[in-house]
Amino acid sequence: MTTLTKTEGTTVPSGSDPFLSVRDLHVRFSTEDGIVKAVDGLSFDLERGETLGIVGESGSGKSVTNLAILGLHNPKATEIGGEIMLDGQELTGAKERTLEKLRGNKMAMIFQDALTALSPYYTVGRQIAEPFMKHTGASKREGRQRAIEMLTKVGIPQPNLRVDDYPHQFSGGMRQRAMIAMALVCNPQLLIADEPTTALDVTVQAQILDLLKDLQQEFGSAIILITHDLGVVANTADKLLVMYAGRAVERGSVKEILTEPRHPYTWGLLSSMPRLSSDVSEALHPIPGSPPSLLNPPSGCPFNPRCGFTGEVGGSSCTDERPPLAPGRAAACHLSAEQKQTFFIEQIKPRLG
Amino acid sequence: MLQFLLRRTFGAVVILVLLSAFTFFVFFGAGDPAAMSCGKNCTADNIALIHQNLGLDKPLPTQYWDWLVGIFAGRDYSIGHCSAPCFGYSFATKQDVWSTLIDRLPTTASLAIGGAAVFLTVGLGTGLLAAYKRGSLIDKVLTSISMVLSSAQIYILGPIALGLFVYSGLMDSPKYVNFTSDPAGWFMGLLLPWVVMATIFTAQYTRMSRSTMIEQLQEEHVRTAKAKGMSSSYVFLRYAWRGSLIPIVTILGMDLSSLFGGAMITEFTFQLAGVGRLAIDSVITLDLPMVLGVLVFSAALILVFNIIVDATYAFIDPRVRLS
Repeated sequence: MTTLTKTEGTTVPSGSDPFLSVRDLHVRFSTEDGIVKAVDGLSFDLERGETLGIVGESGSGKSVTNLAILGLHNPKATEIGGEIMLDGQELTGAKERTLEKLRGNKMAMIFQDALTALSPYYTVGRQIAEPFMKHTGASKREGRQRAIEMLTKVGIPQPNLRVDDYPHQFSGGMRQRAMIAMALVCNPQLLIADEPTTALDVTVQAQILDLLKDLQQEFGSAIILITHDLGVVANTADKLLVMYAGRAVERGSVKEILTEPRHPYTWGLLSSMPRLSSDVSEALHPIPGSPPSLLNPPSGCPFNPRCGFTGEVGGSSCTDERPPLAPGRAAACHLSAEQKQTFFIEQIKPRLG
Repeated sequence: MLQFLLRRTFGAVVILVLLSAFTFFVFFGAGDPAAMSCGKNCTADNIALIHQNLGLDKPLPTQYWDWLVGIFAGRDYSIGHCSAPCFGYSFATKQDVWSTLIDRLPTTASLAIGGAAVFLTVGLGTGLLAAYKRGSLIDKVLTSISMVLSSAQIYILGPIALGLFVYSGLMDSPKYVNFTSDPAGWFMGLLLPWVVMATIFTAQYTRMSRSTMIEQLQEEHVRTAKAKGMSSSYVFLRYAWRGSLIPIVTILGMDLSSLFGGAMITEFTFQLAGVGRLAIDSVITLDLPMVLGVLVFSAALILVFNIIVDATYAFIDPRVRLS
């Protein structure tokens, strides 16, 4: 499993190794119905201070990838292949002890739904202080002090009182802030935010995203922002990875992908997003069909059953051959570069307004 | 919390009054209690005398009222004063119901406490182990054993245990010895009933603690704790275990209240004179005052344990806590 396939960019940009490097990651779950290939050959890099957005529909492997980085999959039912290097340290196959020391310390995660992701049985303060005490050897008093400090930082009013509250006594936005405080308590160098704003209303969403940005500036952390909302990444991320059926189908800077996307799936994602600038009478264009089963993915390009451009590709390569994703700015599609540009300008761009 | 306890206690008292009234009216309204009290060869004169002595010629509500008042204030019978709490005299033994109950209680309580200690340690211990080692050989063995044992019954296991250990001469017959006078005798005398009784309960606790732990381990907040770098044993004991306590405490409350109210089959199998045995005997002999006394006593225990369990929820889960 560790042998690298050359289908995706395996070359590292010149200079030193990237802070986080994922190479040909495979995550497979054995289920009663068979083996689910949740992530199938994914590679990406991330530098300190950078934010990588990962977008895609539900079930495209976004969360699974990031749980794999933290090593949170049940080892009995999961097979993980490939290579995950964090600051020169190999994470796949690392000992549980080694990972425990990194989790919550060097790498931390913000989960989607803070109500279920925080334990109902312990105070917010205790839950924030726990990783701090574990990783720095701080005393209970220092832990509590640190929890109050973090609550202040994420903008919880009256932190010295709120520190003793239980999660159910917090509002949804406050819980998400507490969750962020918990993830940041040890100043992690890698922060994975799994749909951190999906459960929140839009005004709180913007506050939370601003907060993440501020904290990134302060600590220089690398952030992976998982979302299905392109509006969220547009203002927050530097680089973007579009995932489909456990693979990256397009890679580039946020600006590149949002202004000139090259993959029909990305076109679909952008067309299905409402815009304030467009005419109200203008219909949205959802992607037809639903994401493929990962138990038995379609042959060739996994997007081919939903793609409106298969006819433009000569022969049967869409159903026979999986398009590779070249290194750097690229899209995994059989259409030629000229075709991509022409179709985007002629058919897609007018829809986006 | 105090308000909660007061409210629940009041509710419990109401339930007890209704329950005892219903039972009383059924018992003393149907048939002639005097004839039951008197026995087989009874003259009409005797029955008339008993009627008068027990106040059976008064209207039923008055009789019930006298019985109820007797519990709090004591009561005078022709055979003497019955001091509070007075539940009347047994038809069969002519003993005071309350003192008989108090007399039988240590046996039942010892049986309940010792049995619970065994089934809790073994049951929860194996359940946690099976959950921790889920899918392993240990898990499969423990789950299978508990499956077999949970389908066993005391009246089957009891005689087998007696045959193996007592009739073969390895151990003395189970008996109750006062704990304060002879702790070792108390322990050895009840060991066999404890183990046999606990066997049935253990299986239930093994299966339940295993399944709730496995459920809890899949909770998102448990995963968060792991993502914070907490060790797996810490996550297991502090996070998952805490969430498993509620269903376990619920079942434990029900089991303890029924055990303290008399483990009928166990007491009968091992010939121990506890409350359960008393209940069986008094039902067989139609000893109405005794049945009524045992019934009210057991019902009160169930209500008390219910209140304790509900109060415990608040300690376990802050969301239940009343502010």
